[in-house]
Amino acid sequence: MGRYVARRLLLTIPVLLGASFLIFAMVYALPGDPIRALAGDRPVSPAVVEVLTERFHLDDPLWVQYWEYLKNLLSGDLGTDFRGRPVLDTIQRTLPVTVKLTIVAIFFEIVIGISAGVLAGIRRNSYFDNLVLVSTTVIVSIPILVLAFLAQLVFGLNLGWFPIAGTREGLYSYVLPGLVLASGSLAYVARLTRTSIAENMRADYVRTAKAKGLPNRTVIVRHTLRNSLIPVVTFIGADIGALLGGAIVTETVFNLPGIGREVYDAVRAQEGAVVVGIVTLMVFFFIFFNLIVDVLYAVLDPRIRYD
Amino acid sequence: MTEQQQRDLRHDEVESGTQSVLATPRVDVTDERQNSLWSDAWGSLKRNVLFWIGAVLTLLFTLMAIVPQVFARGVDPRACDLANSKALPSADHWFGYDVQGCDYLANVVYGARNSLIIGFFAVLVILVLGVLAGAIAGYFGGVTDGVLSRIADIFYALPLILGALVLLRVGPSTDIPIINSQGPGAVALALALFGWMTAMRLVRSQVIAVKSSDYVAAARAMGGSNSRILIRHILPNAVAPVLVYTTITIGVLIAAEATLTFLGVGLQRPAISWGLQIATGQDSIRSTPHLVLFPSIILTLTVMAFIMMGDALRDALDPRQRS
Amino acid sequence: MTRPDISSYAEPVVAPGAPILSVDDLFVEFRTRENVVNAVNGISYTVSAGETLAILGESGSGKSVSAQAIMGILDTPPAQIPHGEIWFEGRNLLTLPAEEQRKVRGPGISMIFQDALSSLNPVYSVGFQIGEMFREHRGLSRKEAKKQAVELMDRVRIPAAAQRVNDYPHQFSGGMRQRVMIAMAISLDPRVLIADEPTTALDVTVQAQVMDLLKDLQRETGMGLVLITHDLGVVNEVADNVAVMYAGRIVERGTVDDVFTNPAHPYTEGLMNSVPQVEVKGGRLQPITGQPPNLARIPSGCPFHPRCPRRRLGAEAAPGRDCADDVPPLRLVVPGREAACHYSEEVLGV
Repeated sequence: MGRYVARRLLLTIPVLLGASFLIFAMVYALPGDPIRALAGDRPVSPAVVEVLTERFHLDDPLWVQYWEYLKNLLSGDLGTDFRGRPVLDTIQRTLPVTVKLTIVAIFFEIVIGISAGVLAGIRRNSYFDNLVLVSTTVIVSIPILVLAFLAQLVFGLNLGWFPIAGTREGLYSYVLPGLVLASGSLAYVARLTRTSIAENMRADYVRTAKAKGLPNRTVIVRHTLRNSLIPVVTFIGADIGALLGGAIVTETVFNLPGIGREVYDAVRAQEGAVVVGIVTLMVFFFIFFNLIVDVLYAVLDPRIRYD
Repeated sequence: MTEQQQRDLRHDEVESGTQSVLATPRVDVTDERQNSLWSDAWGSLKRNVLFWIGAVLTLLFTLMAIVPQVFARGVDPRACDLANSKALPSADHWFGYDVQGCDYLANVVYGARNSLIIGFFAVLVILVLGVLAGAIAGYFGGVTDGVLSRIADIFYALPLILGALVLLRVGPSTDIPIINSQGPGAVALALALFGWMTAMRLVRSQVIAVKSSDYVAAARAMGGSNSRILIRHILPNAVAPVLVYTTITIGVLIAAEATLTFLGVGLQRPAISWGLQIATGQDSIRSTPHLVLFPSIILTLTVMAFIMMGDALRDALDPRQRS
Repeated sequence: MTRPDISSYAEPVVAPGAPILSVDDLFVEFRTRENVVNAVNGISYTVSAGETLAILGESGSGKSVSAQAIMGILDTPPAQIPHGEIWFEGRNLLTLPAEEQRKVRGPGISMIFQDALSSLNPVYSVGFQIGEMFREHRGLSRKEAKKQAVELMDRVRIPAAAQRVNDYPHQFSGGMRQRVMIAMAISLDPRVLIADEPTTALDVTVQAQVMDLLKDLQRETGMGLVLITHDLGVVNEVADNVAVMYAGRIVERGTVDDVFTNPAHPYTEGLMNSVPQVEVKGGRLQPITGQPPNLARIPSGCPFHPRCPRRRLGAEAAPGRDCADDVPPLRLVVPGREAACHYSEEVLGV
């Protein structure tokens, strides 16, 4: 197991390097004007051009630029916006909100998604099962953008069950946005779990478990659930990326002061460095989270550990 | 196939949403069995209500993209009169008016064109990139596969919206044609650039699964060349899951385009796009929710159309559903 | 048939005792959307202590289904048991409440399956899975159950049991995995062990080892062994009695020696003739013509008649014994032998 974890860690490093290079390349290495890339339509005085050229080594060869870029990244220097505020400060200020939102969303995704999937999978073709099937298809099809506004209108404005914006009501403010953010993923998890369970229940080893005289509940919980969760865990890991993208929209619509909303504001305000800095952080987090998911996968499925 | 390859196969299938789980894919390669796969699938599809709903809607919105004039009842979306700004729906103007006093029904209808064009074009590029990369990686294996798979891994680290966001944000400042245009081409390319990996993995896993089959060994023993084997024997097998993936992805990308446009990096004014309409409408959502609602509903229905069809296709083509 | 000679098992060491398991006129059908599949059509058999009963048949003959019905592990939809009784330790299992049935599985009657790799849960260690029997049925703690598991693994001759008890199924070879299954099955000293094609997926030498093990265990414990198989060689070397199944029915029953040397049913006869004999060189194999019947559309009369070289139809048939119209009952043909054929005497040559 230890060897497996070490190997996964080692494999993560080139991915981290590659991803950061990809982002770097998009901003600095494409033919064109990187200063324009950072500043957008904002008029830039020659003095500012000089400062930026110096700071990002824009006159130096590409590999030097990347090396400096990497050094800065690793030391936490993500640059500043055009008002001189370090991007890192902005992130530190706003990250907790996004973390809370994401945790709430993942919580809903796992709890509701897996429960619904398990119940549907055990009773295949039942009324509940068909309900789950149809509703998940519908929910998956509603873009988070749309769902956010809909939820805000119906549950916030009309019914008044939830706050429509801001974080004034503490954790409760995160419930509706969290549900919205989790919706597509939740639906998919439910589907996946359902299919996985339904298939596993027909597996030979489930037959053996029954033949051993184990109680039905043990057969389902011990011999079906864990096996069925394996692909679900894989999916949840890969899906975090979608969650991060969705957080941008959700925070914007619900006016939650997290890094997602910062990205939105930065796009509007032509603050290239902020956009790039936050996206880089999100990507690094995504990679890291996937590493954890891979380890979890190995915990669930011993066959993987001995590759 | 080694255990590792089998695990990757399952992994890939889960991620591409085409199959779930534990059974090793059993590959039907011979022509007769392929035919029966499709005729069985059609039989199953015919009975699926969701397929028909999806198909009808898809047809509807495709027509809307091709001949928007018909759906807009001949109204010009750009014939605007500020006096009508934000007027509510009425009998004559089913969707009311937008902020600038343009007929909203016409605008929402015309919005379909951009969305579908971007969706189809992006998927096309994804298929070209993905199928090529996947087929090569899967067939030749070894270092080629290693390099291509690592590249895919790196791109995977950038989620679709985030990657496209950055690219579209810096796009206008580059000298690259199309990417710097801020038009549908840019959005489509950006989506394709960060979305090709799943198609690649899908095709790669299919190729690997078939490559080691007896059937291909026989074909090779009879002197088949690499490309011939690849094209005639291996790729047809990949068609089913790729078809499912393609259909669903068109829906996903249409939603992604609207999101990117809403965030400000996609299409820009004065283009007609649902994302722009929603973005503009959000400022007055309390007083005139219809500005957000109508494009939202049409957008959702369009996405739903493709996803329903894709789902139905997946169920119909799933070998495990057939007894 | 070249196999290691274990013919010493032809004579049961412990004389068969009273019957411990008795199946009486069992019917099992599967209802699908399109049709009804009659998998088992009225079979009866008995297993006694220390006896090895082989249930011999092709795939689709209903042999596995009947065993699963005894174990109570059929999915009831789509399977249904419209008729029959299964007597074990004085109780009809089919009328017992589900909870009581469950308690019989494992401690009373246990079962092993063909493919040990797919029949063992890949995510739990073998020690855990063997120990489950003790934890569930005897209430032992994890540690105690594991100790028992190690002892059992020793008993089924898995080397280095103490080290391997924490290993996972995929880390064992095919033969070893089957031993793990056997260990699980005999863990609570069941009265009857049902082995469904236990050696079909194994190499020949490994097969012999596994069958050796089963026979040894049977001698130690006096349990009844029901061996379900399509492999004539295994039946010949290991079983005391054999019941030949076809289309969900038993078509012949008797001791293995008798039935194999002198079959009383054309199907059994066909099976014997289709096996290559070492002594007879040249000549052609004589397979049974035709295909096993579709259990959703079993032929009328004797289900074997479409393929039977000895069938009598119409004018040739004796009254009430038309092979296409009249279902032959399973009847005593000579002492110790039952067969379901109108013309068994002819087949036997008496």
